[in-house]
Amino acid sequence: MSRFLEVAHVTKRFRGLTAVDDVSFGLEKGAIYAIIGPNGAGKTTLFNLLAGVYAPDAGHIAFEGTPIAGLAPEKICQAGIARTFQIVRPFPGLSVLENAKIGALLRHRDPADAEQAAGETLRRLDLWDKRRQLAASLTLPDRKRLEMARALATEPKLLLLDEVMAGLRPTETDRIVAILKALAAESGLTVLLIEHVMRAVMALAERILVLHHGAAIAEGEPTAVVRDPLVLECYLGAEALE
Amino acid sequence: MSVFAALNGRARWLLALFVASLALAPVAADRYILSVLILIFYFAYLGQAWNIMMGFAGQLSLGHSLYVGLGAYVAAALWTKFGVGPWAGMFAGMAVAMAFGAAIGWLGFRFGIAGVYFALLTIAFAEFTRIAFDHMDWTGRAGGLFLPVRAEQAHQWWNLRGGPLLFYYLALALMLGALWLCAALRAARIGHYWLAVREDEAAARALGIDVFAVKMKAVLISSAMASVGGTFYAFYYNNLFPAQIFDMSRSIEMILAPIVGGLGTLIGPILGAFILTPLGEGLIAATEEAGLSAPGTKAVFYGLALMAIVWVAPSGVWPWLRRKLGLETP
Ligand SMILES: Nc1ncnc2c1ncn2[C@@H]1O[C@H](COP(=O)(O)OP(=O)(O)OP(=O)(O)O)[C@@H](O)[C@H]1O
Ligand SMILES: [Mg+2]
Repeated sequence: MSRFLEVAHVTKRFRGLTAVDDVSFGLEKGAIYAIIGPNGAGKTTLFNLLAGVYAPDAGHIAFEGTPIAGLAPEKICQAGIARTFQIVRPFPGLSVLENAKIGALLRHRDPADAEQAAGETLRRLDLWDKRRQLAASLTLPDRKRLEMARALATEPKLLLLDEVMAGLRPTETDRIVAILKALAAESGLTVLLIEHVMRAVMALAERILVLHHGAAIAEGEPTAVVRDPLVLECYLGAEALE
Repeated sequence: MSVFAALNGRARWLLALFVASLALAPVAADRYILSVLILIFYFAYLGQAWNIMMGFAGQLSLGHSLYVGLGAYVAAALWTKFGVGPWAGMFAGMAVAMAFGAAIGWLGFRFGIAGVYFALLTIAFAEFTRIAFDHMDWTGRAGGLFLPVRAEQAHQWWNLRGGPLLFYYLALALMLGALWLCAALRAARIGHYWLAVREDEAAARALGIDVFAVKMKAVLISSAMASVGGTFYAFYYNNLFPAQIFDMSRSIEMILAPIVGGLGTLIGPILGAFILTPLGEGLIAATEEAGLSAPGTKAVFYGLALMAIVWVAPSGVWPWLRRKLGLETP
């Protein structure tokens, strides 16, 4: 049987630069996975390949057994993969509720139903009290959660989170970790997250993929990956061992 | 009335009062006032049509005179040449305008011609069409197309033959109908998707929105609405000249009311028309009174007034007024 998400020998080049270099990995349904790696390693580019922003120059991507590489972003979202943007892109002139509602309209064609569903998502992400505020007026932690709420409102099977914890205080990070754990446990959502905050990665991820210069240099269980000599050398540094 | 469910009690009363006073206005108003009110309704209606494109979907069209002109010419030609009534003519004009809208939208949205370049595309289509009509024998070339005014037809209101009262109520119905339609669209799925596309296309696509289809719906609905305004124009004025109806200044005139009133709002186009049309008419009267007949005098004062309004209420008069009147929904 094919895996939930199967990425096979995927490569993406920008002119001379190979941003993603022959990367292969797979996800099982209902788990939380992390991608780590230094700045410029190609993590966001890999997300953009999964989310349909770019078509890979080589390789295959299959979601639930169906090839999706090269499909338009909207088609991929319709298929059940939602993503957040590393540099958040809320609809600034719309309210928090409207932002989430637009996501919810994908599966709830009736605006009243969509508003109901959006409200529930906002409650989950502690944004309900701010539902009437303009997205432009939110603080960064709130914007990050709005980015997640909007993606979740499309009711995805697979959620791609690009550094939703970057720039947050530890209490904020813990809050998001708790929310994600609850979501995965209750709804069987599969999560693939790019994250620099190792505390969150270790708390959440069942498996980790490490990218470096576009290539996958390690893949496996967190405790094993953080002890991998190559990973220590390229990314984590010796202090992570302590 | 579920589309107006978002209005608070006070706003509903104001709206009802507004509609009632306009419905009764002909009792008190003289012919001149009625003609100004007809113009106001007409520009409010067209502003509403343009606002769907720009205010909702964020696509700048500077060639909406094209759709108005097509709606006017198609219905007028069918009437004068074949005796086809204005209602059938209106639908024919709509179909033609939508075909042009579809062509412009397809070119622009399929090939990623966005922003000011899209605006240039809309101008180009309007200009080419103007030139084509200037040379088309069948519609009287640059010399114009005239709808005959015959005494025996004077009371065929169903053929839009009649006096100012008929056109007054017709224009009022157009304005209120457009308000209702835009409120319904805004509250619907498509209205939300338009706003998403206006705010951030890439984010909209990531939420599963087919941006191309969403923009095409905007241009089709907007062009159809504008063409109906054109049919009204043709039967109200009874004469059409390509240089007038397709002119770029017409497209600009059309977009001022929604901009001044408040882009992307439902009341903005109406409020803008109620401010700008009387202002323009008043300036004509005032400059004549003062003996200032130098060309452009009116335009200068009009421009200054526009600047003053935009300075006081940069995001439009309606958002500003709504705050002042306490009509913000809680
Ligand atoms: N659209 C693009 N055009 C050209 N080069 C690009 C483009 N997008 C990314 N790159 C380059 O590809 C490489 C990988 O970038 P990417 O954004 O995927 O890294 P990342 O792992 O997400 O880094 P970070 O941790 O800083 O977010 C970088 O060298 C980047 O400059
Ligand atoms: Mg990145």
